This record gives sequence, structure tokens and C-alpha cells, in this order.
Amino acid sequence: MSDYTQKIRETAKKLLSEGKVDAVIGYREGTLPLMAEPCLVKDPEKVDQLVFNSFCGVNLANYLPKRKDRVAVVAKGCDSRNIALHIVENQVDRERLFVIGAPCTRMVDRRKVAAAVGGREISGVSEQDGKLTVSGPGYEQTVDKKDVLQDNCSICIHRNPVLADEMLGEKLPEQEADRYADVREVEAMSPEERFAHFKDLFSECIRCYACRNACPLCYCPTCFVDESKPQWVGKSIDPTDTMTFHFLRAFHCAGRCTDCGACERACPVGIKVRQLTRKLEKDCLGLFDWEAGMNPDVRPPLDTWRPEDPEEFIK
Amino acid sequence: MENPYFPYPVRIDSAVIETEDRNLKTFKLVFVNPEDEKKFAYRPGQFAELSVTGKGEIPIGIASSPTEPGFLMFTVNKVGVVSTALHNMQEGDIMGVRGPLGNWYPWEILEQGKNVVIIGGGFAFTTLRSSIVYMLDPKNREKFGDIHVIYGARSPGMLLYRDELMEWEKRDDIHMHITVDGTDDPDWKYNVGFVPTITEQKAPKADADTYAIVCGPPVMIKFTQPVLDKLGYAHDHIIMSLENRMKCGIGMCGRCNIGMEYVCKDGPVFTLEQLNRTPREY
Amino acid sequence: MRFLKIAKDDWTRGVEDLKKSFRVFGPVKEKEAYDFRLLDKGVLPDFSFQNTRLSPKSTVYPQSEILFEYTLDESKADHHVHKVPEKDYSPRVILGIRPCDAKAFELVRLNFDTPEYKDPYWLSAYEATTKVGLACDDPCSTCFCTSAGSGPYDEAGLDVLLADRDDHFLAKVLTEKGEAFVSAAGWNTEAPDAEAGFEKLAAEAEGKVPGGVPTDKLADKETVALHGADFWEDVAFSCINCGTCTYLCPTCWCFDIQDEVKGAEGVRMRNWDSCMFPLFTLHGSGHNPRATKVDRVRQRFMHKLKYFVDRYGRGIQCVGCGRCVSSCPVNIDIRRVARLMNEFEPAPEKCPA
Repeated sequence: MSDYTQKIRETAKKLLSEGKVDAVIGYREGTLPLMAEPCLVKDPEKVDQLVFNSFCGVNLANYLPKRKDRVAVVAKGCDSRNIALHIVENQVDRERLFVIGAPCTRMVDRRKVAAAVGGREISGVSEQDGKLTVSGPGYEQTVDKKDVLQDNCSICIHRNPVLADEMLGEKLPEQEADRYADVREVEAMSPEERFAHFKDLFSECIRCYACRNACPLCYCPTCFVDESKPQWVGKSIDPTDTMTFHFLRAFHCAGRCTDCGACERACPVGIKVRQLTRKLEKDCLGLFDWEAGMNPDVRPPLDTWRPEDPEEFIK
Repeated sequence: MENPYFPYPVRIDSAVIETEDRNLKTFKLVFVNPEDEKKFAYRPGQFAELSVTGKGEIPIGIASSPTEPGFLMFTVNKVGVVSTALHNMQEGDIMGVRGPLGNWYPWEILEQGKNVVIIGGGFAFTTLRSSIVYMLDPKNREKFGDIHVIYGARSPGMLLYRDELMEWEKRDDIHMHITVDGTDDPDWKYNVGFVPTITEQKAPKADADTYAIVCGPPVMIKFTQPVLDKLGYAHDHIIMSLENRMKCGIGMCGRCNIGMEYVCKDGPVFTLEQLNRTPREY
Repeated sequence: MRFLKIAKDDWTRGVEDLKKSFRVFGPVKEKEAYDFRLLDKGVLPDFSFQNTRLSPKSTVYPQSEILFEYTLDESKADHHVHKVPEKDYSPRVILGIRPCDAKAFELVRLNFDTPEYKDPYWLSAYEATTKVGLACDDPCSTCFCTSAGSGPYDEAGLDVLLADRDDHFLAKVLTEKGEAFVSAAGWNTEAPDAEAGFEKLAAEAEGKVPGGVPTDKLADKETVALHGADFWEDVAFSCINCGTCTYLCPTCWCFDIQDEVKGAEGVRMRNWDSCMFPLFTLHGSGHNPRATKVDRVRQRFMHKLKYFVDRYGRGIQCVGCGRCVSSCPVNIDIRRVARLMNEFEPAPEKCPA
């Protein structure tokens, strides 16, 4: 059992039995190897289902808006940045929230693990010292965790929570990373190449909206794709409608996306949705020296105006 | 293979604003191909999908009666894309009708000399009008016992089919109990009060030969049901017509179910006894 | 019913011959995953898959399908008249469909082919389709077909069942459609003694399918009590209400109907829809009978595991393919929910004080 798991249970039990919170939002063991399921615990006697491991990729900030009760939530670096954004955007009340901060040990992409074992069935997995031992019918294989991280985790530069009421461990060292190598490649394309690239990127989209629904930023009561008066986007899998959905959603996340990777993690057909959001992240960094969710008191650049904002792009 | 999605083309014969808030309009529709009318044989309580080409379809209860040949009548509340487009259409315009859909009030039982108490509120009076016209038809009236109608709206100007209501008031083979929530009209000579209250005052006591048909907004139904319980109506003698979001109207698209029943195909008419056995997802 | 042996080198030729009289769909690997696609000339189905990422339901029931075309141009005589566009219902074959997915078509048929109404689009495509199954000797850990009334060698809905035997296929020809298929492919090497082998393979394969998803008591449950069970909130908590489970499911059939107009030309089309989406049941008035996530998650499981059972008496609306289990972004697991539902006992009624 990881140290975090033990501490989460202790904290949850304490908070619940002392009546400090009504519920704790964390993860429990998944029914599948390499998965953990978000769960809500209200009963101090039931905190032992809570776990923390390398498969806790779901962003729990997604479960916070519109809650009326007092909750504690386990938050990795990215989750905590989304909580900060929720606070700025008045989606959660800081007073009613207890943040259990988890300096993040980086999350594993189960598809990469599956590929690493050649697509063989995986029936069990254990982790130790940066290694995953994967087993299945007739085999056991050890893979380096760093080789199977979620794409966003492998380039993450903010693994430590930006806000917390209690920390599960000491802050971990941050890494230097080139976050935009693939974005630059797309930027370098001609408009025609780029359009073809995006058309291919979204060609397999089935409009299930898992990317949107997994995203903590997408809390609009009615998403623009669901509006009927007027209807902005068609409902079929017409490529133009599908791309319109993805492009507009990305723009709606500009300056707000923390690159938590929830969208890509949720996509059932493996679309690299983060190419769009990271382009906008790169632009916000360049134009406004801005990283989303680092401070719960500062509004994102696209919903404020400051005299020093760049305006060269206005023609 | 018959295509159950194909709308019969119809022409708008008349479109009349029905209520003072101008949100309800009554359309009389005439089949473009007269042979389609024969295929569209319906019974009071059924509904149809009104099709506006380029906009979509909406499920609407049939307000005309099969005893009124030559046209179909629908009263449409302006709420969404299709109903708004429909409100903007003119006499003579071509649109579509698909149906008849769903089941009907249990005429097989009611026509055996049963007493019928119709309880309606607001703009849910459409299939109730159909039923009243059907029962009052000279060929049909003798098949029924006493007929009571309790019908309420927010104000006199919000009552549907006012001219007909007044004519029915004058007849002695139907007991009309029209009511409004409130009015400042000094000449209003009917009831004032909510439908449940008037039901309590005017509805006949329950017996094995008396059936209540209840159709109205959720709040009216919620408060009328205890009144009927108090009056002793058995739940299999309380008949209700449900509305749920529908698309196909033929039990295939999956959205309108309450439990294992599809409101569009197995309903919209259910007895309260049936509804007691399903989740209240309506 | 008869048995044939198809040598692998004859397979390639046969598949190409088939393409002269059938549109041939088969699994192919694109980017990272297998899906069913129309196979062009020279392209063979790739049978090195466990199961495809998306179910093959779209070969009969496309995600987006035009029901009618029309013009709004009043200068044209037939303006506003709905016309069914020309559709290709020429013979098509799905090569290598897994038995669970084939069985799914039989369950979905109960929805689209009813005594009162026939869906001409679904039914015409279904009738045009020959389903050639590929028996499943290597089930996934998320499979539970044998618990769901199917199995790795289940013949329900199939015209031919193939068993892959290294250098050849054994084919069990089950229907007249199956006969037409093998004759179009020119496969005619009889293998009369294959029957016992098939049975042995089936038993072996069935033994490999993880079991233990009980559904035997679902029919006896009282609907309203099960609907009110206290586990739904916990089951639904993690759900993000995306459409992954329903869109990947071979037995989910729900759809939406939409008009789309470009200029003066329009179509009435249908698109897959999902009971997970709030819009699915939203009334024009703003009222929503399934307004919360708990309502919607419960609807999905109640439909599959209770309403369907009661309505048709044909078992659950699930074939145990495991796609929703393995692809759910938050690990909601129908196997767990089935267990909860099957074991549910309503709390004893309190005595009136």
C-alpha cells in the first residue's frame, strides 16, 4: 500500500468522523488492472476503499462544481490547478472544500502498457521503484513506468499541488520539459497540410463527448454543441461538424486548460485532443506569460483586459 | 415495406391563435392526397408527429375527433424550434403529419355505458376535446353514461376552444365545470379555483362504472390524484395521458420509456394502476 | 448445416472472389485499433484481433443515416416532399464478426422489427447482410459472453461460423445465406468429421471465458423497488455522462432524428443518441424526467438488465462483449452492476407505527 493511500484513509476518516466534511472524493481500486475509479465516501467506516496509485488519472476537480455539501478531495498538481480555476470562476466555494494535496508521482497510460506487453491480456499489475510488473496468462513483464506515462504527465512541469489544506507528502522536484515539440511541428505546416492533419486527427471521432465530459473546464449547463436555438453545430459525424466541435471546445479552454490529460485519457478512440489545447496553452504563455490555474485569485487572460495586453494581432 | 417515418403531406387549412398569450395556435390540416386520410384512422387519445420540412418533427395530441372527417386539428404551444417554425407558417403551406401514433383512451370499456369524468388543465386539453366531441356525437352519446368535464386554465383568455366550451355549457347531456385560477372579469360566470379544488366539489363519487380521464401539467396531476383517492376512485379507473420527449413515435428511438413501456407506443394513455408499477420518469 | 475446410491459401482467393458479388466488411487495423471497414480490392480481413474497438453494428446501422431528402426550393414541383434517397442494399457480408456481436443483431432486431412497425432502413440492411462469424478461442479478460446468453462459439445470428485452425479454417455453414456465401467464394471442400472437433473447441473456449456475472434473478425483481435501490448513487458517482458505453455497445440502438438544411436542400437524418446525455429526455418545457446523472446511469443498466428482460423474455440486452467495461473512462463496470442488481433485496417494509 502506498504511503499516500494510508494517509488518504487516515485523513478521510478524521475529516468525516469529526464532521469537518460531508464526503470525501477520492479513488478506489478499479475492477480492471491499471484503472482506479473515482468514488465518494460519506461513511468514516468505509474509507478503506480509498487508494492512490499510478492509475488515478481521472481529474477529480471534474466532480466538484454544483456540489452543495462540504467535501474533501484528493488533488494532484493538475487537479489542484483546476480547483484553483473553479474558485476563480465561482464554480466551487473554497470555504466548503478541503483539498488533500498529492504531489504527483505521474500517472500511467494503460494503452501504453498494453502496447508494451504486445497487446496481451493483462490480469494483474504491481508497482515498485518506478517499475510496473505486468502479468497475464502465461507471462510476467516488467516495464519502466517512465516509458508508459500519460503523454501529459511525461511533460508535466507542475506536479505539486498549488493549493492544499493538507499535503500527502513533501513537494517533489519539478522537471524541465519541452512541452510543445509536436505543436511546433503543426505550426510549421502549410494551411493545407495543417487542415489535412486535423482532418485525419479527428477522423475517428464518434462524437461521444467523453473528452468534453471528462474535462473539468466543461461545466457549461448547455454546451454549444447541444444548443438548439440556434443550432450552431450539426449532430452527425460530418467531418466539418466534428472539427467545429473540437476547435471551438479548445478555444473555450484557452487560458484555462491545465493539461491534465483527462480528454485524451477518456477518448475511446485515442484521439490526441491535446494538440489543440496545448497550442492555445503555448499562445497564452507567449502572449500573456500565463499558465492556467496557478493562482486562485487571478482571472484567466481571456476573461480580463489589461492595458498591457498584446494587441498586435488585432488588424 | 411501409416506411413508418414517412410523413403524409398536408396543407394548412387554417391557423388560429387560441389564447391571449398568443403562444397557442390551432391548426386545421387537410391531407394533400385524399387517400391518406383513410390510412390515418385514429381514435381520441392518439397523437401524431407534425413534420415541418427543414426543421423536424414534434409529437402533438390529435385535437379533432374521428367523427369530424375532412381535416385533422392540432393545438400547438410555441416552445421549441419546430413549434416556432410551425407558428410562423401560413394557411396554404404544405407540411407533414405522421401517425396516428400511440394508444387511445379505453373506448372499448367506456362505450359500455360508463360515466366519464374528464379532468383537464391548461393546454393539455387537446385530446380531451377530441374525446368530448367524439362522445357527444349523436351516434355515440348513448354509449356513455353521465359525462362530466372539469377544465381549468390560468385565466379565461387561456382556455382552449372557448366557443365550443360555451356551447357545451348550454347542453344538458354534459356537465361542464369550467374554472380559472383567477380573473378580474366581472362577467365571469363560471368557477374560480384550481382544478383539484373544483374536482373535489364537482366530480361525482366513484363507482365501478365511473372513469376519470386526467390530463394536465404535472402540478395539476400531483394535486388532483389525492382528490380522486379521497373520492374513492380505484387506480384502474383513473386514466392518464403522459407526455415525454419523443422522436420516432413508434417505440424505436428509445428516449420516452417509463420502465419497460414506451410512452409513444405503449402509451401515451396509462391507468394510474399501470403507472404505479413503473418508475416515475415522466 | 454442413462443415467445410478452407485452406488459408484458398481463403485469400475466395475473399477476392466474394467481392464480385458482395460488399465485404471485415476487421482491419487502423492507427492503433481494429474496426470493421468495407474491404477494398486486395485487402484481407485481419483476424489477429481479439475484438474490434467499435462494434460492427454500424455496418447495418450507421452512426449517421439519411432517412429522407427534400428540397425547399418552391420553384421545383416536388418541393417539401420527403424522398428516400437511393440506398445500397445489395448483398453485403461481415467477415469475422465475433459470435457475441452477431447475437447482438438478434437482440437489436427485437427493437427494429416489431409486429406493429418495421424500420425499413435497419431491416433492409440487416436482410442484405450475411454474417460470417469468427469463433473466439482467445477471449478477453473483460468478456462475459457465457454469462450473457452467448458464447465464443454461439451460432445465434450467424450464417457461417469459422474456427481458425492455423493453416486452415473450419467452416460450419448454418443457413441458406451461408450456403450462398460459401458458393460465391468457391469453397466446397467438405469436412464431415469436423463436428466433434467444433464441439471440443467450443467447450475449450467456453472454459476460458471469465464467468460469474449472475443475471438469473433479474426477471423476478420488482421494477420500482430495483429502481429505488440504494446502490445507484454509488454506481453513478464516477460517471461523466459521455456516450462511450452506448456508442461502443453492439446492442445499444437509441437514435435521434434531425433535419439538416444547406441552402434549399435538406435531409432528415438519424444519428446515434445516448441515454447518458441530458438532452436525450429533455422536454420542450425544460422539465427533464431523467435530470440527474444517477437517473441516466440507472436508465442504462435498468434498460439492459431489467426492462429488456421483462419486455421480451429473451434474457438481458447485453452479449458480454466487454467493450463498455474496458473503454469506460472512469471504470464503471456492468459486471459489478449486474451483480448488485441480481442480488438486490428490497429493505423489508416498515410496520406502520
